[in-house]
Order: sequence, then C-alpha cells, then structure tokens
Amino acid sequence: MVLNDADHALVSVLAEGLPLVSHPYRAIGSQLGMDEAEVIARIQAMRDAGIIRRFGIIVRHHELGFKANAMSVWSIPDGVVSEIGRRLGDAPEVTLCYRRPPRLPDWPYNLFCMIHGRDRAAVEETIRALVQRFDLAQYPHAVLFSTRRFKQTGARYGRPIPRAAAE
Amino acid sequence: MDDIDRAIINSLQGGFPICDQPFSAIAEPLGLTGSKLLARIRKLKDAGVISRFGPMWHAERMGGELTLTAMKVPQERFEEVADIVNSFPEVAHNYAREHALNMWFVVATEKPGRKAEVLAEIETRTGIEVHDMPKIQEFYVGLRFEA
Repeated sequence: MVLNDADHALVSVLAEGLPLVSHPYRAIGSQLGMDEAEVIARIQAMRDAGIIRRFGIIVRHHELGFKANAMSVWSIPDGVVSEIGRRLGDAPEVTLCYRRPPRLPDWPYNLFCMIHGRDRAAVEETIRALVQRFDLAQYPHAVLFSTRRFKQTGARYGRPIPRAAAE
Repeated sequence: MDDIDRAIINSLQGGFPICDQPFSAIAEPLGLTGSKLLARIRKLKDAGVISRFGPMWHAERMGGELTLTAMKVPQERFEEVADIVNSFPEVAHNYAREHALNMWFVVATEKPGRKAEVLAEIETRTGIEVHDMPKIQEFYVGLRFEA
C-alpha cells in the first residue's frame, strides 16, 4: 500500500491522537474534508497493510509504576544471534527485542532487549533469570538502565494538511 | 486509578475498533456507557498515564525510516545537547543511560533519506558523533503494560 496525499494528511491529524468524542472518525473527517466512511476505510486499509502496527491507548509506563527500564544487550556470534533473538523475543519478560549492528570500538553488542519493571532490583533479577534460562553467561553483556527521560513522544509523522482541506 | 481504569488500560492497548462509534462499542464489556468511558479516558490522559490514543506506526511500511542512535556526551554538556536533539520533531524518545554511550534516542522519519540528514545535522550542531544502529532483525515488539 502506497500512501496518497489524503492518507498523509490523515496520518498528520492522527498524530494528535484520536479525538475523544463519540464519533471520532467523523470529527477527523471534518478537519480534512473527508466523510466518516472514507476515514474509516483508509484507517482500516492502513491497519490491514501493517502501516498501523496497533491502534489504541499508548501508556506512559513510568506513570503506571514501571519506574525501571533497562536496555539489556549482548554480543552474540552472527551464526546464533537470530536463534537466540527469537527465543528471547518469546520470553514474556521481554518487551522489545531487536538485532542491531555493533559499532566498534565503543559498542560490541548486537542483540538488544528492553526489560521494564517496577523497580531496579526486579529488573536485575529478571535479567539474571533470562541469562540462566537461555545460557547467555558466555556472551559479553551490558545492562543500561535509563537515568533520565528527556523526551517520550510518539514519532511525529504526517505532512501539513493541504490548505483546501484545512479551510 | 480504580479497577475500571485498570481494565481500560489493560484492554485498550491494541485492537481498538474502527467503526462509527468505537467508544460505545468497547464500553459495554467494561460495564460503562460510551460517554462514561470517554470521561475516564480523558481523566487518565490528564493524569499523564495515557500519552495518546491512536495508532502506533510501522515507519518502514509507511515508506520512512526508524533507527536507534547513541552518543557519548560529556556530563557538562548534557542539557545543551539534549535540547538540540529534542528540538528535532523526528526524535521520538530520548533517554540518558548508564554507559559511556550515555544518550540514546529514536529517530523516526516518514520520508526516505531524511534520517541521514537528521543525524548529520545533530552531529554538526553538537560536534559529537552519532552512532546509528538501525534494526537488522525484529524479534518482538510488544510494548504493553499491565496496570
């Protein structure tokens, strides 16, 4: 699916969040000069195409009590990194899991997992358990707790609303 | 937050209906009317528990780029550099972390090629190298939280 100009305008309006009114898609449509059915059809198409990964509430985890967040990283040989990544990704304690390129000499790590927890000790314990369960002690490893949150917003996508539609 | 607020958070982190009156459609299983549900969502948003209500995008499928980047920032320059980095609308998250690479942020762009421009502009304005670590493989993306 390739987005057209109307879709890009829709993306831009959705970046503000869904209007909290009983007919939100109609409200969005009135900003864009589209009718409700058209807005619904385009959002549904973007969801079906996987351009929208998911649609719902995005929480601020810190405010929900998840005060510790650690990026747990390992340096794993290329031949086994995919298999280990898949197994870690399946672990319920892991909230995100990616393979990324190392950046030598500062950064030898290529497997990244995020672990969120209510406090630091709980997250450390979770990581210890993962290392044991998946036999990871043999690989160089680092845990980077976050110490400050400077910015936490969704990515800002979308192009300016065409004037004709905005008026 | 009471049990109903918790149920709202736990059940609405995905799968929101795309229909003409979506809030009414999800209110009933929670034992609410559409307007009561909306009032609670507004309150949770005002309290900062909900950051927004809407889509999480797949940048690459939208035709854009997404990457994780890191910088090694001298302690005394931390605020100044954070201000510069955060001033880019393409920067979605920025955290200080405990490592020699101590500033980590996500860059998400909608247009191809813009990512390289953003990283180059940050390097020019801060004089600090930006390590670009785009994903090679994605194993799991399930950032959901139980209230």
